[in-house]
Amino acid sequence: MTDKLREYRADGYFAKFDYHWTMAIDLDRCTGCGACVVACQAENNLPIVGEKRVRQGREMKWLRVERYWDGDYPHARLNFIPILCQQCDKAPCEIACPVFATYHNQDGLNAQVYNRCIGTRTCAVYCPYEVRFFNWFTYTWDEPLEQQLNPDVTVREKGVMEKCTFCVQRINRAKDAARDEDRRVADGEVQPACAQSCPTDAIVFGDRNDSDSAVSRKMRDPRAYEVLKELNTAPSVIYLKNAREPLHAANGGGHHDDGAHAEAAEPHAAAGEPRMAEVESAVT
Amino acid sequence: MSSVLRKQMFDEGPPSYAEVNRDVINALTTTTWRYWVTLGISAGAAVLFFIAPWIYQIIVGVGAAGMNRNAMWGTYLSNFIFWIGLSHSGTLLSAVLHITQSDWRKSIYRSAEAMTLFSLMTAAMFVMVHVGRLWFVHWTFPVPNPMELWPNFRSPLMFDVMAILTYLTASSVFIYMGSLPDFAAVRDASKGLRRRIYAVLCFGWRGTAQEWHTLGWSYTFFAVLVIPLAVSVHSIVSWDFAMSTVPGLHQTIFAPYFVCGAIYSGTAGIVTVMWMLRRYMGFGRYIGKLHIDNLSKLLLVLSLIWTYINICELFTAWYADTSFENEAILYRIWEGPFWWLWWEMITFCAFVPLLLFSRRIRQNWNVMLVISIIINIGMLTERFVIVASSLPRKFLPDAFGTYFPSLVEISITVGSFAIFTTLFLLFVKIFPAVSIYEVKETLAPLRKREARA
Repeated sequence: MTDKLREYRADGYFAKFDYHWTMAIDLDRCTGCGACVVACQAENNLPIVGEKRVRQGREMKWLRVERYWDGDYPHARLNFIPILCQQCDKAPCEIACPVFATYHNQDGLNAQVYNRCIGTRTCAVYCPYEVRFFNWFTYTWDEPLEQQLNPDVTVREKGVMEKCTFCVQRINRAKDAARDEDRRVADGEVQPACAQSCPTDAIVFGDRNDSDSAVSRKMRDPRAYEVLKELNTAPSVIYLKNAREPLHAANGGGHHDDGAHAEAAEPHAAAGEPRMAEVESAVT
Repeated sequence: MSSVLRKQMFDEGPPSYAEVNRDVINALTTTTWRYWVTLGISAGAAVLFFIAPWIYQIIVGVGAAGMNRNAMWGTYLSNFIFWIGLSHSGTLLSAVLHITQSDWRKSIYRSAEAMTLFSLMTAAMFVMVHVGRLWFVHWTFPVPNPMELWPNFRSPLMFDVMAILTYLTASSVFIYMGSLPDFAAVRDASKGLRRRIYAVLCFGWRGTAQEWHTLGWSYTFFAVLVIPLAVSVHSIVSWDFAMSTVPGLHQTIFAPYFVCGAIYSGTAGIVTVMWMLRRYMGFGRYIGKLHIDNLSKLLLVLSLIWTYINICELFTAWYADTSFENEAILYRIWEGPFWWLWWEMITFCAFVPLLLFSRRIRQNWNVMLVISIIINIGMLTERFVIVASSLPRKFLPDAFGTYFPSLVEISITVGSFAIFTTLFLLFVKIFPAVSIYEVKETLAPLRKREARA
């Protein structure tokens, strides 16, 4: 046992398989259809909490499509931005957990260990993206719905925090297969459920360490930006700006100079993207 | 301290040594039916309002409380901070006054330190109520285990566990050590089972010169140790907030803000407890005008510091002028559902204490009782406002929400006061609530003068 642990901890054991998993989401392609949300729900055994608890603000959606209005009625347009765990390299949540239930793994993933979690909920408070979800109750599935649970994913009990894992079960399966053949995981070999289900291929997933991978190419796109970049969390989810002509520019363009952080969050100051800071026009 | 001041300590003239012993030990041994009724009511309320809803919450999950995805922290955490704050004055004040050799502390410090101990325990219970999986809470301790899993020493919550446990240990030792000669006095004055119990409690204290000497220096040692501890505890509690990125919480002023607020509410708590001791335990002779006047002056100074820090908080937010911070502050004081609580807190903790500039108010016990309770209501609100107005609105507008405490949370909040009262009622029947030997120390010079005259 100890020998095994020692080997596991030896330098270079992980280096051979070090990846930096990254997701690029092209907002120009996103139609807000919600297929990714459903796929995530099915893949990761997310409970259906019911209408009452959704009203209480206790829904379980590791991936949500946020909607932001652009312009005023009748010249209004809806912008979508799928928000999921950003797997930050400098994650605020990771310093918060007193028991290391959330930590950074060798793949650049922000891992959550369910059976280590004691439920202080500090990580969720520290998370600026609000993508951590707490099991307020032990949720169950009515028959025969429990038959469709994914056997590769743990079902969580009450008092445990959970969040998007980048479908770590798929990543691990691909890594295992690749290790058996003593090679790296090829680009496109592993896809999280959301990327797989996206009808417009808005979501691209891959290894940032491989400079030829699809996601690395997306990252070099001038439209690329990070949400809430000014918080310096170094997220692993890259968004590609919506390049449509902004409606509000035609309506007087008042939003172009609405504060420093909007520009900081979106350094390539094109327009038409969902503006994260607009409180007034946001919630519908 | 001059003998004039010493005389002022006792409103009805200084008691004799025998009277001190008799009064304090009587409070321990003579138990009226009123005491038992009060104890019964408060213990019953503790079970009904705290334990029962807590068990319910353990069974169904933390969802029994009103928290949601946006406000992952709620009343439990704000109450935790309130109780930690309340614990701050007792031991800290006692230690500071011991080092500065302020004799007026001697008749009030025992109960003040007990307050520290019991509010710390109540606060610790709130941590247990707060966490999702109570049955694994021991994982926050660095206990060696075969998995070689350690707690995360970068986490402010981890600092919290360490700081609170250290403070709890140090304050328990501090109060216990200071009580040793008094336990011996109770032993000498009683018979039968009580005598045997106190013989054990006082570690066989005989009152030799060597024992007094050891007690003296070790007591001072602990007084010096406790002061930085107390300051660190609430600083660390504030880092739970300040180390996050949440607008409205992510502020460098938080550590002094919390420490000041803690001592403030703790001192107000001492005034409340002193009033109770005077009224119901017959300690009016030992706790008098001088004490309330000094405590009120302290309250006044603390309220001014507190007000200053609040202005600082608004000023830094305005000066930094980032839209998230601006919106958070605006939401807290004007646009949010709890704006009236913010104004209530400012009224209760910044404006009401200005009355203390008047000496007549300072020396009136009944008015001071009301003011001290008002201050603590304000401080309880302050903690709630900080948590409940910041967390539901962080950065992404789509994820904005609201928070309102559920019935379970409100009940547990009420129950925590019952728990504290129960513990304190038990304390006054076990510990001599006024330090016998130290009151006598202040009497000694007075009596010498009388003897000369």
